[in-house]
Amino acid sequence: MNTSKKEWIYTISPKRKLLDLNLKEVWQYRDLLFLFVKRDVVTVYKQTVLGPLWYLIQPLFTSVIFTLIFNNIANISTGNIPPFLFNLAGITIWNYFKECLTATSDTFKRNAGLFGKVYFPRLIMPLSTIFSNLIKFGIQLFVFIIFYIYFVLKGYDIQLNGLAVLFPLLIIVMAMLGLGLGMIISSLVTKYRDLTFLVSFGVQLLMYLSAVMYPISLVKEKLTGYSWVVEYNPMAQIVEVGRTMLLGDDDLSISLMIYPTVVSLAVFFIGLIIFNKTEKTFIDTV
Amino acid sequence: MSEIILKIENISKQYRLGLVGRGTLSDDLKRWWFKISGKEDPFLKIGEVNDRNTVGNSNYIWALKDINFEVKRGEVLGVIGKNGAGKSTLLKILSRVTSPTTGEIKTKGRIASLLEVGTGFHPEMTGRENIYLNGAILGMTKAEISFKMDEIISFSGCRRYIDTPVKRYSSGMTVRLAFAVAAFLEPEILIIDEVLTVGDAEFQKKAIGKMQELSKGEGRTVLFVSHNMDSIMRLCTKAILLKNGTIIESGSTSKIIDTYLKSEFGTTAIKKWKTNNLANNIVELLEVKAHDSSFEVKENFFITEAVGITLVYKALGTKTKIHAAFNFYNRNGINIFDSHENNTEYYSENKSKGIYETTVWVSKNLLSEGVILVGVALVTHDPFVVHFHEKDAIAFNMKENQDNSPTRGDYVGNLTGIIRPLLKWESKKRV
Repeated sequence: MNTSKKEWIYTISPKRKLLDLNLKEVWQYRDLLFLFVKRDVVTVYKQTVLGPLWYLIQPLFTSVIFTLIFNNIANISTGNIPPFLFNLAGITIWNYFKECLTATSDTFKRNAGLFGKVYFPRLIMPLSTIFSNLIKFGIQLFVFIIFYIYFVLKGYDIQLNGLAVLFPLLIIVMAMLGLGLGMIISSLVTKYRDLTFLVSFGVQLLMYLSAVMYPISLVKEKLTGYSWVVEYNPMAQIVEVGRTMLLGDDDLSISLMIYPTVVSLAVFFIGLIIFNKTEKTFIDTV
Repeated sequence: MSEIILKIENISKQYRLGLVGRGTLSDDLKRWWFKISGKEDPFLKIGEVNDRNTVGNSNYIWALKDINFEVKRGEVLGVIGKNGAGKSTLLKILSRVTSPTTGEIKTKGRIASLLEVGTGFHPEMTGRENIYLNGAILGMTKAEISFKMDEIISFSGCRRYIDTPVKRYSSGMTVRLAFAVAAFLEPEILIIDEVLTVGDAEFQKKAIGKMQELSKGEGRTVLFVSHNMDSIMRLCTKAILLKNGTIIESGSTSKIIDTYLKSEFGTTAIKKWKTNNLANNIVELLEVKAHDSSFEVKENFFITEAVGITLVYKALGTKTKIHAAFNFYNRNGINIFDSHENNTEYYSENKSKGIYETTVWVSKNLLSEGVILVGVALVTHDPFVVHFHEKDAIAFNMKENQDNSPTRGDYVGNLTGIIRPLLKWESKKRV
């Protein structure tokens, strides 16, 4: 019988190109992606009294605490923006990144039981995390808008920056950064568990370097020698740009977006490559 | 129907033994160094040396080594082997959970395996939601699942609970629901692990029935892994036998099962003793064997033929009444029956010095399919003394004669039960 190569639907082999994404397959499994998102959203607060209100409580309380400590006690100036709104904007943006990163960073370890038994494109898992967190982010952004309107009505001089139309783009850049880092870490965690410990406190440290509760200009002014740590941190740029888009304190140049976008794209693709390499054999080491 | 649907070529899988620790990093770096300097991976060579059970030389072993076989469309292939033979590894590679170290698998159909019954169930979600989720994990689209939803629910028999969170289900209900989803999956190649046969009797029956339906009725290609030789025998058209990661034999199911059972039990149909290992001066054992009616020693018998067990022993001349006794066990360790010598020619005589031979005939159409293990004992009564008792002295295999099975009649399903006697049936027209 003459069997040409084309007849085989797929082959299983150890050889793999560096970036063999098979996005077609991911698309075939789009229903699974949707169902995972639904599962994440629906089940998190089952059998809780306050339910999805927990989505709101956490950023609100954090903003209040930050306002008390950093603005009232430490006297960090936020210009003519009300400090509470300043912090809420930073926290809302930062939270999305943080959730994306921490939730994807243990993809392989957390799902070892499932991955060990059945095949589906592994990328579905971190992708579903990104989407389900997007819903959470949407709710938090909605709360931000409510407070925004409240402060506008109270007569504060705040307005949306003209570039706010690019805000969704900023979110995508941030999601890519979080997903990319998460994929890199989750791949390494399968062999080196040390990283689990690093992530939990590393993320916390990173927040302090990401201009969440202060403007970058303040660091430049007060910590001249070390301000590069913050300036080269793409997350600091993203938080700053995002906050400026929403609260429009000063002029915003689109060029500020270039650096974080480039870094995010690079991290994202490195993450994809490593993730792809790991997904084939991680079950032997996890 | 002779088209090859699955082709496995030179599949090997290497594993690292021991703990994954600091050594991993240095090995990884070494491997990486060899890779960028264009040399062959040094660890692939190490494993090869270690292949022949030379324990201690290296931390790398081959769980599978150069596996080659082909499966044709509609074939039901049994995969047999002891624990650690590489069955699960092979299944994992086939279901793409892990990747082979070398080699290639080509397939013309979607492969799905039933070994993942119930994976991905979320306890907080309802039965219906879980059917969607589980189905999608197994590769179905939402539309496909919706289309089959009603069938799935009725097959599971959990209609009443379908909108209740799965955490409130009994474990049995969870398994039913999970199996129902898997059963309506429609892959061209189905992999079934023995895990499936765990569960209550009703579930097992349903599962096996569905499997038969899939393989026989719909002409689905099936790879079946099990320790249960009876179901392998009944379901599979071909089989492969794995040992230490290599295929040691492949071919017709009954031939493979014989090879496997012989190697597993290490006992054959005949056993001889060379020296007098009984520390007494009454008897000395010589041999015990299973044979057919023409006294030919055999390992495979049809259910429709009589099996003779003969014990040869030497009486050492102390004038004692010595009697033989046999215990018959099946492969699950169930004592099917015992038989004691009771009416032979020399039964009531004191045995003088000499060699004696005692045979018991197990009538035809009595034993059921599978391996039969025979224990041998020599006793004297009054006072009762057991001189010798060896449990699994010999083993033989009972097989069903496909062309002539009077106990079965026209029935083609599962005949369970530890014996399969041919009983007298009577029926008459009353009115």
